[in-house]
Amino acid sequence: MSHHLVEVQDLHYAYPDGTAALRGISFRFTHGEAVGVVGANGAGKSTLLLHLNGCLSPASGKVRVGDVQVTPKTLPEVRRTVGMVFQDPDDQLFMPSVREEVAFGPLNAGLTREEVETRVALALDTVDASHLADRPPFRLSGGEKRAVAIASVLSLDPSILVMDEPTANLDPYARRKTIELLRSFHHTRIIATHDLDLVLDVCTRTLVLHRGQVAADGSPGEVFQDEALLAACHLEKPFRMQACPVCGAATKAE
Amino acid sequence: MAGIEDALLQTGRLDTLARQDTSVHRVDPRAKVLTTICFILLVVSFEKHTVAAMLPFFVYPLVLTTAGRIPPGFVLTRLAIVSPFAVLIGVFNPLFDREAMAQLGPWVISGGWLSFVSILLRFVLTLSAALLLVATTGFNNVCLALERFRVPTVFVVQLLLLYRYLFVLARETARVLRAYHLRAIRSRQLPLRVYGSLVGQLLLRTLDRAQRVYIAMRCRGFSGVIHTSAPLRFRAMDGLFVLGWCTFFVTARLLPLSEMIGGMVLEMVS
Repeated sequence: MSHHLVEVQDLHYAYPDGTAALRGISFRFTHGEAVGVVGANGAGKSTLLLHLNGCLSPASGKVRVGDVQVTPKTLPEVRRTVGMVFQDPDDQLFMPSVREEVAFGPLNAGLTREEVETRVALALDTVDASHLADRPPFRLSGGEKRAVAIASVLSLDPSILVMDEPTANLDPYARRKTIELLRSFHHTRIIATHDLDLVLDVCTRTLVLHRGQVAADGSPGEVFQDEALLAACHLEKPFRMQACPVCGAATKAE
Repeated sequence: MAGIEDALLQTGRLDTLARQDTSVHRVDPRAKVLTTICFILLVVSFEKHTVAAMLPFFVYPLVLTTAGRIPPGFVLTRLAIVSPFAVLIGVFNPLFDREAMAQLGPWVISGGWLSFVSILLRFVLTLSAALLLVATTGFNNVCLALERFRVPTVFVVQLLLLYRYLFVLARETARVLRAYHLRAIRSRQLPLRVYGSLVGQLLLRTLDRAQRVYIAMRCRGFSGVIHTSAPLRFRAMDGLFVLGWCTFFVTARLLPLSEMIGGMVLEMVS
């Protein structure tokens, strides 16, 4: 299952205005891994994600998805393998109804109408949004929009899911549901987030970015114990790993 | 700011109305688009001073409002909002064109007044027809129909996205305006300077969002064509709808139906 693999070698990128966003990033994610990409604002998380399916092309360095190197030529193939869920669902949901939204990708891929219908039904069922099928996406609540945004990517049947802040702006219940959903997937998942508790819940590995470089790469439980590292990277321990502010009792780290 | 949000809700209401299930709603979007185009072209084609001959055309919006269960108040308020444009276009006609054209009892009516009323009638007819088309079909289905009529995809996609992001832009505008008013407690009016940078701000945000939307679309394989999964079916009933109405419109355009009906009524009375 080599197409579930994501490999980045010495990736550099600077925005047109000269801001260096990525300065020599390397990693290799393998099949089924769930990786939390964390870091302060401006650390380069979103820029990194945009490289993984060729929305940005590196100034130097390589990005490989499965056996394919990401180049302008391989974009269609890469984009079928890598599904990207954006931070603001309003940027992603533009079709008149949820059903058409979820069908957008498969129809572009040229699938038959029956296939598309099966995919749509399955994707909506996975995110528990079948009842929203005929609603216009812009009239949904934040949590529902997020679910539909995820379904619209799942319908393409990607091997790798890339998500930017999947729990941003969600109420606690919608956040919990999103986390459960992410846990239930078997895809290779790459999740950029400020929600370190989500990383603890979902991810088997975390990549800490700081000023465009990898500051740490390891299991969340270990990385989040390193207070000096977290402080240097403008992060804080996940709430679950902090002592209780009311009774003072320390909680057990996972 | 409340104005923008209200307008937004009202536009949302258009969608709600379009989701009803009535005999008018069930007519194929293409049939309704064709009929509406025919209707508008014929209404516009009347001569400058026509008033009475246009009256039979009111049957169409009336039937659509009733059969499509569209609240008349909804259509009328929409018309009232845009009416200043029509009034402004025609309001000077009575001043310029003072030639007597008709006699109504003791009053002599000048050509200017006739053309003014004629402009207003055209405005009410064409706009209500367009509104009713969207209210009984839904904007997206109208786009779908246009696509089937081989209107270039660029325009159709443009229209679809315009409608979709209208809501996002309006909400954003409302937020920015509210933020301004909360910090400018005394000034009710937006100073020109602030207005300029505010509009610029919105434009920049729009460009940013357009970029993000485009990336998101590309990620799901967009290549310039929006494929819609809803198939359209043009049934015999839809053909009848177009044929029936268009025949009526053409007859009403060519024959002075109002005069004929008026004559018949007079004959019956006498």
